[in-house]
Amino acid sequence: MGFLMNCPECDAELEIPEDVISGEIISCPDCGMDYEVHIKENGELELKPAEIEGEDWGE
Amino acid sequence: MKVGILGASGYVGGELLRLLLRHPRVEVSLATSSSRAGDFIHRVHPNLRGLTKMKFVPPDPSKITDECDLLFVSTPHGVSSSLTPQILESGVRVIDTSADFRLKDPHAYVKWYGMQHRCPELLEKAVYGLPEIHRREIRDAQLVACPGCMAAAAILALAPIVKSGKIERNRIVADFKVGSSGGGAKPTLASHHPEHYGVVRPYKPVGHRHTAEIEQELRILAGGEVSVAMSAHSVNMVRGILATCHVFLVDPLSMIDVWRIYRGFYRDEPFIRLVREARGIYRYPDPKIVVGSNYCDLGFELDDDHSRLVLLSALDNLMKGAAGTAVQDMNIMMGWPEAEGLWDTGLHPI
Repeated sequence: MGFLMNCPECDAELEIPEDVISGEIISCPDCGMDYEVHIKENGELELKPAEIEGEDWGE
Repeated sequence: MKVGILGASGYVGGELLRLLLRHPRVEVSLATSSSRAGDFIHRVHPNLRGLTKMKFVPPDPSKITDECDLLFVSTPHGVSSSLTPQILESGVRVIDTSADFRLKDPHAYVKWYGMQHRCPELLEKAVYGLPEIHRREIRDAQLVACPGCMAAAAILALAPIVKSGKIERNRIVADFKVGSSGGGAKPTLASHHPEHYGVVRPYKPVGHRHTAEIEQELRILAGGEVSVAMSAHSVNMVRGILATCHVFLVDPLSMIDVWRIYRGFYRDEPFIRLVREARGIYRYPDPKIVVGSNYCDLGFELDDDHSRLVLLSALDNLMKGAAGTAVQDMNIMMGWPEAEGLWDTGLHPI
């Protein structure tokens, strides 16, 4: 069993696996944002938005 | 339970038949049509071939009350109000998909529909049949008035933010792109293929009738006046509506605030989906994805530079905009599982 965190973009519940490691990507099922997991020295978890490529129809 | 459909040869009537013929708790006992009486149903609605061998019958009020426990009415505006009082007197419950009982104010019918209402005493008794707003009243209603298709799209998009009190209630703009089936089954020059194919036709830039019911319902939620300016465009699709609503914030909101407002309002709603994806090609609601289903997809985006919140709503005008909501209302009235007979998803690709 893992634990829950809230999506920083849309507040949905994100399931974080118990054995999560720094650098792992977690996706939000509701808004589709990707987060890179960062484990701090004190063991706290931080979610950093990962880059998402957009579309460009303007050419 | 036996159900009938008055005006079953139109597009909404066909969609009601499609849903009701497969509904596990009802038997379709009659389907009326003045113009197609005597014809097999599948000759008018070819997608129903093999589902029934019924024929359309002429609309005879005394037979209707003998042969069904609940009646769906999908006649042109102005027809239902001449027949419904007699039907209701017999104890048959009515779900009307026309506009005849949507508005509470009889004077509004003169302004928006150019007619004196035939039975204004029924307007107070009729329940506006949008389950997400009036579920409790629908349960006990004898007469339910289904929302207009564009009105349903706009009300569902706007209700949470209007109720939250976070926007200027007198400055709301709602823009619509509507498929051609919204114009009904009767052909006109405007619907003729060479005239309609490829259009983005602003057919009602101001003064659309659905303004009346949108403002009526949002006033109830807001507890005060609400002003919605509508513009409607006919576009090159058969089914579907996209409503793009522009509202202006009183105080700044974050995206997470907007998510919380919409999640809170529509928690546990079976046919509302929130769509604001960071990835993929369908990042916001798109009518293409809901065609054939009873879903209304809702999305939003903040424009901080202009204190604007853009709300997007996509639904199938014949389903969540008419027949789907009507069947959802019936399920609520009968105390059945609300989504019974309505679980079709849209098709993809289509």
